[in-house]
Amino acid sequence: MKIDLDAIEETAKLLYIRALKVLPDDIKEGFQRLDASEADATGQSILATMIQNITVAEDTDNLLCQDTGIPIYNITIGRSVEVDGIDLKTAIRKGCTRATQEYPLRSSVVHPVTRENEHTSCGRRVPVINVDFSEADEELVIEMIPKGSGSENGSFLKMCIPADGVAGVKTFVIDKVLEAGGKVCPPTIVGVGVGGTADLCTKLAKIAATRRLGSVCDDAEGAKLEAELSGAVNSLGIGPQGLGGDSTSFAVHVETAATHITMNPVAVNIQCHSARRARATFTPSGIEIGV
Amino acid sequence: MADHEFTMPVTEDDIRKLKIGDHVVLQDTLFGIRDATQIHMFDKGRETRLDLDGHAVIHTAPNVKKVPVSNSCPAGYQSICIGTTTSARMERFTRPLMERNGVRMIIGKGGLGENSAQAFQDLGGVYLAIIGGTAALETTWIEQIVDVDMDDLNPESLWHFRIKDFGPLLVAMDAHGGSLYDAVRTGAQNKRAAALAHMGIEG
Repeated sequence: MKIDLDAIEETAKLLYIRALKVLPDDIKEGFQRLDASEADATGQSILATMIQNITVAEDTDNLLCQDTGIPIYNITIGRSVEVDGIDLKTAIRKGCTRATQEYPLRSSVVHPVTRENEHTSCGRRVPVINVDFSEADEELVIEMIPKGSGSENGSFLKMCIPADGVAGVKTFVIDKVLEAGGKVCPPTIVGVGVGGTADLCTKLAKIAATRRLGSVCDDAEGAKLEAELSGAVNSLGIGPQGLGGDSTSFAVHVETAATHITMNPVAVNIQCHSARRARATFTPSGIEIGV
Repeated sequence: MADHEFTMPVTEDDIRKLKIGDHVVLQDTLFGIRDATQIHMFDKGRETRLDLDGHAVIHTAPNVKKVPVSNSCPAGYQSICIGTTTSARMERFTRPLMERNGVRMIIGKGGLGENSAQAFQDLGGVYLAIIGGTAALETTWIEQIVDVDMDDLNPESLWHFRIKDFGPLLVAMDAHGGSLYDAVRTGAQNKRAAALAHMGIEG
């Protein structure tokens, strides 16, 4: 299957705008679940406003949140897909720029030292473009994530040591959720990376934070941690926006990787309640847009 | 827990009547301010021509569209999506914003810290919580972008909005030392040991 680069550019633009406007169904269902169980009056009122905002965004065809985030494009390339990797990245960058200038969107991306904004949502090494491969035949998937900064600032890494055990991992997660409080726009998805190297551990936390609600870690030990930590985080009473309640997080998601005999790394990456994603699947029969 | 409505600007007396848990709706005028705006105002000595005395500022950097100047868009900008950002990053600017510019209300999400709480007590100010991530709704409370200053910092310019029925906003920090965030934070810290024990970790 040969990939049309014009279609990639157009899709990269469309996905950015769509992700900012339409919340995925699993997140909407997550809101209904929290709304049904929240006991705190302030928490209930805040959840109701968040649910109202989802409707207002769709009715007025507007962005859910003012933060257009740091654009992330996750590309998964299946077997028998013909595409020049450099051209693919260039097309995505062009689509991201066009979304920003043609819609127009707020460009939230600046140089880290000069703080200069090119007003394209692009800059040095941004958008973040991750490339991976899959078994699927004749299929290319682009997932777009506008990662909001309030929750991205709730990112933490600790190189625990083996003697800290899994207790060190759990304690770190609880302490970072306490530290983040309302700053990360709860209810959140708490992404936790366990194992790997420092960079892989952090990447795992991001994968976990942006994973579909209802999905479960495919490592049984990771899944056990998810269940335990989800209950523990929601027993703290931080609540929506850090103003009290039961709904601190939709879930804690965990991803794991093998690590070194001397290491026990843990990373936390938090996703705010505006958990935006959009996805396009390219196959020989066309382009399917979804989440 | 009273409901209040203010046509901006307000006085120190108005502010000192507010208590945490009260709800507030604002009318007429609101200013938008952000990290870069305040870094330039307070670290780099830039002055704004806009008069913030007695007014409310929201921690924001909006999505806007550049359009020709007209009666409905006097600043040459049309609003697309306007919401709020995490306030904690701007903690150290609360006192100078109040002392030098006379700001009385700060609107944002996530709350401010101890220095801001002290400034609110000393000078007569409040922090009003707006819900983060609900910008589509909040945009409907903004009628017009009236003016903009320091626009070389766009989108972190100093924005002057005309607002209608902006709220309800929750008084989350008042001029009497009250903070809803402190109460929640203390409560959560007190539950830490039980949460860890439930996972088999004894302090």
